[in-house]
Amino acid sequence: MDLLVCVKQVLDTDGIKIDPDTNEINKSGASNIVSPYDKNALEAAVQLKETAGGTVTVISLGSSEAKKALKECISVGADKAVLISDEVFSGSDAYATGLVLTAAIKKLGQFDLILCGEQATDNDDGQVGTQIAEHLGIPQVTCASKIEIKDGKAIVNKETDEGYMVIETKLPALCTTGDSINEPRFATIKSKMAANRAKIEVLKAADLGIETDEVGTKGSPTQILKVFAPPRRKTGIKIQEESDHDTALKLVQNMVAAKLV
Amino acid sequence: MDIQEYKNVWVFIETENGKTENVSLELLSEGKTLANSKNEKLIAIVIGHDVQAAVKSTSTYGADEVIQVEKEEYKDYSTDAYTNVMETLVAKYKPSIILFGATNDGKDLAARLAARVHTSVVSDCTELKVSDHSGEVEWTRPVYGGNLLATVSSPNQRPQIATFRTGIFKKDQPDDAKSVNVVQENIKTPSEAIRTKIIDIIKSSEESGVKLEEAKVVVSGGRGLGKPENFTLVKELADLFGGAVGATRAVIDAGWISPPHQVGQSGKTVSPDLYIACGISGAIQHVSGMKSSKVIIAINKDPDAPIFDIADYAVVGDVLEIVPVLIEEIKKLKDA
Repeated sequence: MDLLVCVKQVLDTDGIKIDPDTNEINKSGASNIVSPYDKNALEAAVQLKETAGGTVTVISLGSSEAKKALKECISVGADKAVLISDEVFSGSDAYATGLVLTAAIKKLGQFDLILCGEQATDNDDGQVGTQIAEHLGIPQVTCASKIEIKDGKAIVNKETDEGYMVIETKLPALCTTGDSINEPRFATIKSKMAANRAKIEVLKAADLGIETDEVGTKGSPTQILKVFAPPRRKTGIKIQEESDHDTALKLVQNMVAAKLV
Repeated sequence: MDIQEYKNVWVFIETENGKTENVSLELLSEGKTLANSKNEKLIAIVIGHDVQAAVKSTSTYGADEVIQVEKEEYKDYSTDAYTNVMETLVAKYKPSIILFGATNDGKDLAARLAARVHTSVVSDCTELKVSDHSGEVEWTRPVYGGNLLATVSSPNQRPQIATFRTGIFKKDQPDDAKSVNVVQENIKTPSEAIRTKIIDIIKSSEESGVKLEEAKVVVSGGRGLGKPENFTLVKELADLFGGAVGATRAVIDAGWISPPHQVGQSGKTVSPDLYIACGISGAIQHVSGMKSSKVIIAINKDPDAPIFDIADYAVVGDVLEIVPVLIEEIKKLKDA
């Protein structure tokens, strides 16, 4: 089976600080990580490869920093990693990003199954996987919590509000995953060392035959006007009495006063 | 593209067992305000099989028109069939704006349609506003787990497609007297074009009760409860309020309660009037799913638990001692 996984390197949300007085955003303490649900998607691909045989290719649209993320993917089971990087791609929204990744996938070959994280944890957008499926003209199953391959078809558990559905789809297809599908494995020291030596192919706009006015900020149908910190919640009231019993009573008092009961 | 050609506000109506989802009715209410402000029409899109009840509900919640596409092949949602219908309708009618509920199916369809009509969805919006300055709609949505907000517009592309979760807008009062113009569109999707097949549908065996995303009160439990048996405290407290039970990823993974109860970034996002967090530390993934609750009460024995950063009432103590007393006292108040 030839599998392909799209990953995104994002800033770790935990490291983003907002100044309590000025409400200014400070990203300087945030480190680069592989977006969490992309790790689940990669783990799903590697598990399928281990069962059925085949290859796992990982691609990422990003700056040269993203090479680290791609090496991390190799250290946990990807066979090949490709970085798609070009200044003209900068500022691409979901549609433009989908176009670029699709062009890269078409260039890299034919794949039986493409896996993406449900949403990247920086933009929380959750649509690039679907955009790619549409541009490739393949069926999709989003919110996958289990994927099996049987007789050239994918049998996928798709999460719903009340439980899940079992969906059968022909291949090639694209699935998006959240974190309920698996626990991503950890790299070993040996696999990290091997990954560090791995060669990452880089594709630029010219390699993909993409028109520059279709991508980047210029080519994006949606434009970001501003990013800002939300209004802060008022500081809460601390309730802690001598005994837990008294604490509970104090809480009820407060709830009654606030008309919550 | 001549964006002037694109007019009217559409709301995609989502149904479950013939009943219209609340989020669709909320979007009709907001869509009405938006359409009025632009002197345009509010049009509901109903796709399915046996849709009479849904069509009726759109008229009572403010639609000027309903476009109805009723065929056997639309009985269950499928990406291929529904995208085909929406694409055909968009090409014929050229709507300026299409609003979808940010449900699993809503997001699936909105994104596939957006790709097909060469645009991006503005996902999970919390606000929309028409700019006095440009006349453009400005959409606001959370990023970085809701720690930041981004405002987005689509100056040169139509239609604009956006998804909203339930609870962002309020449903209007229904107006049974209102009539609506129903347009039937005969759009077929051949079965070969529907590439996914539903083999089975499994619903969680627990009684449904109040839908988590729509509950006015949510009581949630986390690992601080210690063991699965203690989760009954959460259920009892939720029942007293007529509310819903939520849970963190950790206790769901541990099998204490089923996945549909998960509140968090990869679970459900809730914004109830009251959220009571029992034995929950407040990891970012959980907090992003409940931080816009109107009032947050958090009970945890660790005074440094991150959940206290967003709690309106930071209750420090043993949740296993506090909640039973809370339940007692609330019962007394109810009986009084």
